Amino acid sequence: MNDMTPIAKTTTMKDWESDQEVRWCPGCGDYAILKAVQRTMPEIGADPAKTVFVSGIGCSSRFPYYMASYGFHTIHGRAPAFATGIKLANPELDVWLVTGDGDGMSIGGNHTMHLIRRNLNCQIMLFNNEIYGLTKGQYSPTSRLGTTSPTSPMGSVDRPALPCAFALGAGARFVARGFDVSKELSGVLKAAHAHQGAAFVEIFQNCIVYNKDRFEDFAAPKGAEARQLWLKNGEPMLFNKGTQGIALDAAALTLKVVDVVDGDWQAAGVIVHDVTNRSVAHMLVELPFGAFPMALGVIYDDPRPTFEQSLLGQDAKAREGKTPDLAKLLAKGQTWTVEE
Amino acid sequence: MATILADEQAAVAPHDNSTPEAVVVRFAGDSGDGMQLTGGQFTLSTALAGNDLATFPDFPAEIRAPQGTLFGVSAFQINFGSTDITTAGDAPDVLVAMNPAALKTNVPALKPGGLIIADSGEFSKRNLEKAHYAANPLEDGSLAKWTLLAFDISALTLESVKPFGLGNKEALRCKNMWTLGLALWMFDRDRAPLIQWLKDKFAKNPVLADANVAALNAGHAYGETAEIGGQIKKLHLDPVPSAPGLYRTVTGSESISYGLVAGAQLAGLKMFFGGYPITPASSILHNLAKLKEFGVTTFQAEDEIAAICSAIGASYAGQLGVTSSSGPGIALKGEAMGLAIMTELPLVIVNSQRGGPSTGLPTKTEQSDLYQAVYGRNGDAPMPVIAARSPSDAFDCAIEACRIAVQYMTPVMLLTDGYIANAAEPWKVPDPASYAPFPVSFLEQANGPDGTLLPYARDEKGARPWVKPGTPGLMHRIGGIEKNPGTGNLDYSPGAHQTMTDARKDKVDGVAGSIPAQDIDQGAAGGKLAVVGWGSTYGPIHQAVKRARAKGLDVSHIHIRHIWPMPANLGDLLKGYGKVIVPEMNTGQLKTVLRDQFLVDARPLNKVSGQPFTIAEIEAAIEAALA
Repeated sequence: MNDMTPIAKTTTMKDWESDQEVRWCPGCGDYAILKAVQRTMPEIGADPAKTVFVSGIGCSSRFPYYMASYGFHTIHGRAPAFATGIKLANPELDVWLVTGDGDGMSIGGNHTMHLIRRNLNCQIMLFNNEIYGLTKGQYSPTSRLGTTSPTSPMGSVDRPALPCAFALGAGARFVARGFDVSKELSGVLKAAHAHQGAAFVEIFQNCIVYNKDRFEDFAAPKGAEARQLWLKNGEPMLFNKGTQGIALDAAALTLKVVDVVDGDWQAAGVIVHDVTNRSVAHMLVELPFGAFPMALGVIYDDPRPTFEQSLLGQDAKAREGKTPDLAKLLAKGQTWTVEE
Repeated sequence: MATILADEQAAVAPHDNSTPEAVVVRFAGDSGDGMQLTGGQFTLSTALAGNDLATFPDFPAEIRAPQGTLFGVSAFQINFGSTDITTAGDAPDVLVAMNPAALKTNVPALKPGGLIIADSGEFSKRNLEKAHYAANPLEDGSLAKWTLLAFDISALTLESVKPFGLGNKEALRCKNMWTLGLALWMFDRDRAPLIQWLKDKFAKNPVLADANVAALNAGHAYGETAEIGGQIKKLHLDPVPSAPGLYRTVTGSESISYGLVAGAQLAGLKMFFGGYPITPASSILHNLAKLKEFGVTTFQAEDEIAAICSAIGASYAGQLGVTSSSGPGIALKGEAMGLAIMTELPLVIVNSQRGGPSTGLPTKTEQSDLYQAVYGRNGDAPMPVIAARSPSDAFDCAIEACRIAVQYMTPVMLLTDGYIANAAEPWKVPDPASYAPFPVSFLEQANGPDGTLLPYARDEKGARPWVKPGTPGLMHRIGGIEKNPGTGNLDYSPGAHQTMTDARKDKVDGVAGSIPAQDIDQGAAGGKLAVVGWGSTYGPIHQAVKRARAKGLDVSHIHIRHIWPMPANLGDLLKGYGKVIVPEMNTGQLKTVLRDQFLVDARPLNKVSGQPFTIAEIEAAIEAALA
């Protein structure tokens, strides 16, 4: 859960900008995410020397080069495995994973699942642009049905994966959503960082070259209030300036949109967001957009012991009171001596 | 050739009256009969008796193959004696066959005149059918060229454990101990360590312990009594005169695990081992998981790729990253090895080779991953490769792999194989203090002009500095994209790629400057014939060359540990011989590398049956080459 102790800022946003020229397409949503992260780091009191950004392959995976911290740009889909080795070797490091829908959900889906299941203490930022950008526009595992692309000229026929539903299915203890240009993104990242364990954040990101304005239906500023449901722990699930809300359809065991008259959300049956309610989290990440607004913000946050705590704890226990003696180890078991 | 070799003359079947110098015994039974355990305990008692020995466990890939079938046969061969032993032996002198299937699959290998001990109680109609025997071989005279000793071991075992009230199934499980008892009697072995071992093993079930001890004693007593008649004699093989010191038996997977721990200590580092279960490499992960107090963290990853990537991540963060697998898993790790080469991070990759391609022969031995080790990556991706020749040699090889990895900031592959991993041999316990340390120093201050950091600056060996994340002021980014030769920043320019490709190659080539010159195992530098080997073919090559030289043939044995880069003197050394033959358990991989590197006319001698070379096979090739 969020720790409310005030954080001492020791850096400025500038301290997090590397000297490398940023090479994304002009107008790419990645710029906004980069700025949001660089803005967030001082606010959480992060130390560049103790921070590692780890990425796989893809447009998003160039991210570490632009952060003035430690960074490791690895191979396609495998960033979670590198992050696991880094964190186990030095749990003091603050590890951030940067991945995309192709890197994290397709070639690296297996590693994403196991990282989440094990609950390694790190932040996973999955930039979802629903397209393969770096390889020039093929449809991705999150592309909507019927997406036309060089490899699906008649429209894609495979059903898209839902990253947040995938994460919950893998046992995630923290799931959140934001989008590139959202002012709320920094707050979502702060919550992810405060969570002890694998914090999964899906960030919708506009690929202006191959999948332009894909998320405009809910991300466009005009009319956003009717199409975005920003979740706040302990607060009723209201949107559209408080005139609508989300209620539980107990008979169908689903969520439903209800109208709120005169601000009386209780009367309308609007439910209060509880970040530890896993059942509701499952429903929120699967809400079909259109009939429902897009659920954004911290959807689920209920920590459990982290992987490195448990594993390194066992290591420490095994070492307790023991002085390693290699010579003794080699001479263990049934031995015999040949005399001079 | 009419000459009878001294070794062969000595190694006669044990029912003969003379005392041999060496004996080969093969225990064969159903995979549920406990043959590996029987063999393992016989090995231990042999070692304790001071005999030199080598073993060859040969078991099916199936965990529990259907009982009594030909493919469910599990065998364990041990060669031991009062002389220097380096192979598991060619043809067995004694075959212990616990059922018809075991007899059928193993008897063709038995020396003419050799002794068969068979459990006649298992030669039922049904078991004979399962082994595809039309008639009972114990009765139809088909085993006439061997000495047959058939008795109902099953019934004798049941009788011996009767007082303990075990169920029939449990009682029959003691058969292997009965057989072992008989074997211990035959070779004049002390039963005490085994009895102790059984008591420890079944500490929680004293009745089972007592029953097994009773079966062991009964088997021993059976030999002792006159029931066998004159067919079998008690033999005592004198201890081998070996260098004074403390000895134990060791398998390759144990010695590699210990060697990695020693290597990390000598480097002053903690070790991180990322692994994924695969036969025959898993035992290294099992061993290391028990050595946490030595600063070892083991991580069972979700797959082979995650195993190596986590190890690279740990190396990046300042520990010694190690991963291990076998051929198919190594194939999956290829891309990550390229990243370790590109980012220049230390890493040790252990490949316990098995028969391939694809799933191939998971439990059988082969040396067919040499190309994969030396060449098997995209791009120009040079990587040092070391090959262990035996279980005890693997300890030093593992230390050497760690040294090269940290001193040259490079991944290193250590090749071993299923035979080395599983086989046991006596090992003179080394003193860890006798190894020269190679402590690592991490870069903690900027190393470039005006306080800049140059993570890809190079030392005299061509190695870059190792900078741990967490170090204040040295923040930098690395990755798999081509980089600027000093700053490590992205740099696709033609000059950068040429410079960096050359630098990576020169660095790995330069490893040759830190390894010993190639020695000659037997024979002279120069002559008519060199037999050049690598890895676990050491034993049979050594013995074959020894025998050929005893006959006066001009042949030398060269055994290569450093497969890549090769020792600097190797080319000149090979050019000093009229002929070069290369015995390998593959279709000629080292042969190709030698031809490529030195333009020598190396000739292949290949075997890919999943079984090690026999001495006779190599000896025949030597004679043919010199004919």
